[in-house]
Amino acid sequence: MNDETDTTARKISSIVIIVIIVALALSLSALYQAYDLFINEDPTMGLWLLIGFIGLALSTYMLLQTRSRMKRFTLKTPPITTTIICSKCGFKNVRNFERGDYILKKLDSCSKCKGTLMISAIYRKVDEKGKELKIFS
Amino acid sequence: MQFFAVVTGLIHLEMLPFLFFPGGDSLSWIFQAFFSLIFVVFVFYGQRIQMYIMIREIQGSLLRLKFIRDEGRKIALKTIKEIGKSEVDPAERVDRFLEYVTIRPESMDPAGIVWKLEHILDVREERFKDEVKLMAPAADETNINNLENTLEAAAALNFIYKVIRHFYLLGKKTLSLYIIMQIQMILPLIMREAEAYASALKAFSYGQPIGDGAGALVVAKLMYGRRKRKIEKDCVVAKISIEGRTAYVIKAEGPGGNVGKPGEAIKRVIEENDGKISTVIMIDAALKLEGEKPGEIAEGVGAAIGGPGTEQYKIENSILKYKIPIHAVLIKEDIGDAVSPMRKEIFEATEAAVERVKCVIKEKTKEGDTIIVAGIGNTIGVGQ
Ligand SMILES: [Zn+2]
Repeated sequence: MNDETDTTARKISSIVIIVIIVALALSLSALYQAYDLFINEDPTMGLWLLIGFIGLALSTYMLLQTRSRMKRFTLKTPPITTTIICSKCGFKNVRNFERGDYILKKLDSCSKCKGTLMISAIYRKVDEKGKELKIFS
Repeated sequence: MQFFAVVTGLIHLEMLPFLFFPGGDSLSWIFQAFFSLIFVVFVFYGQRIQMYIMIREIQGSLLRLKFIRDEGRKIALKTIKEIGKSEVDPAERVDRFLEYVTIRPESMDPAGIVWKLEHILDVREERFKDEVKLMAPAADETNINNLENTLEAAAALNFIYKVIRHFYLLGKKTLSLYIIMQIQMILPLIMREAEAYASALKAFSYGQPIGDGAGALVVAKLMYGRRKRKIEKDCVVAKISIEGRTAYVIKAEGPGGNVGKPGEAIKRVIEENDGKISTVIMIDAALKLEGEKPGEIAEGVGAAIGGPGTEQYKIENSILKYKIPIHAVLIKEDIGDAVSPMRKEIFEATEAAVERVKCVIKEKTKEGDTIIVAGIGNTIGVGQ
């Protein structure tokens, strides 16, 4: 676990993917072979079938694992919105968060009625991923 | 390992070739030998194979942790450079900061440990603040607080990474199943915590309000536009009237990242009124259980405050002295929401919490009473 791991990990992952794809192709061809032998009623068909399935299972498993690992390597930034309202005329403006914003901050006067503008809310919206079972709520 | 033994026992792997090759030719013999070999390998090396799988899993998480830590350090450094406008490169100082340790006071003789712990934490904060001022000379009070919070989150990420790395390397070195297993079992929870710290770090560096500040926000809404004064330590108090009662509302001073010392402030207000306080109401964010909705509001009794425990101790002490009842209004959220930018649900819950506080006041006190309402939590991104 030193500083080289990052770059080497990336290099390895591309080689791994090529190997996985080759393995996938080989196991598919083994399955095809098994089918061929099945038509000819050859008893060695079982061996090919077994090799094909094991290869298929292993390579798809590996592929899924490397994919999920690569996907996880980001820090997500959720959009944060700042809501500004005018206390006098009710003018409301929603924009992206900027550094220096805080809730209950007074801003310069309203462009419409010269009343004072105030930041009333700063929050992030979350999309609920995966609905939970209704039974338990 | 037992799993494999059961499986092989059930399907009689040795018999399997005969299903495919009833003839019993040479190929079936090879097949049988192959299966026997697998069986033997799993009997003797099964545990070791399992262990390697676990080590790989830990390694994956460790890579992720390293990424998070490095990213955190980068963000902290960038923010310091942006705000601090220091002439010298702060990188070296930041790296030193990330390695700071705080030694807890010895608890063999626990009498008076609260004050010892508080003193150590005070020294720590003082030291951190000085350090941040050196890193970022151009920063104002608000930004110094935010930067300190940012750096603390980065230090926490660094610590988590190093502990997991320690167990990973130790496990690899000793090949002890117990070392590897215990770290592998708690890994999902640790990763959750690390992700939470990472989003906290981002929120701190921008000065965005976080979920933990829900309590402070409720009180900020109560005291908005009123005359306030500063009170011990890093807190503000406003004397307002709610439903015909005189209420001292207390929160940490915003909008910088700051939790203040609400215990000290509550004690001070009680002393100022010679103990003639009819009730104390505390509002805080509380950890929800899985399955509860974020932003649910719960009521209860007791001092609702987290942290190292020194403030809770002080509050409990001072209300005990005058036998003042204490009520709590809690806003439920999970650990991830507590330290990342405030969710919409939680923001909306603060509106409902204001109403709930008024309800509690109406039910538990009479008109003309004097009460204390304290909003607890990190007030980053929340003014007053
Ligand atoms: Zn207006």
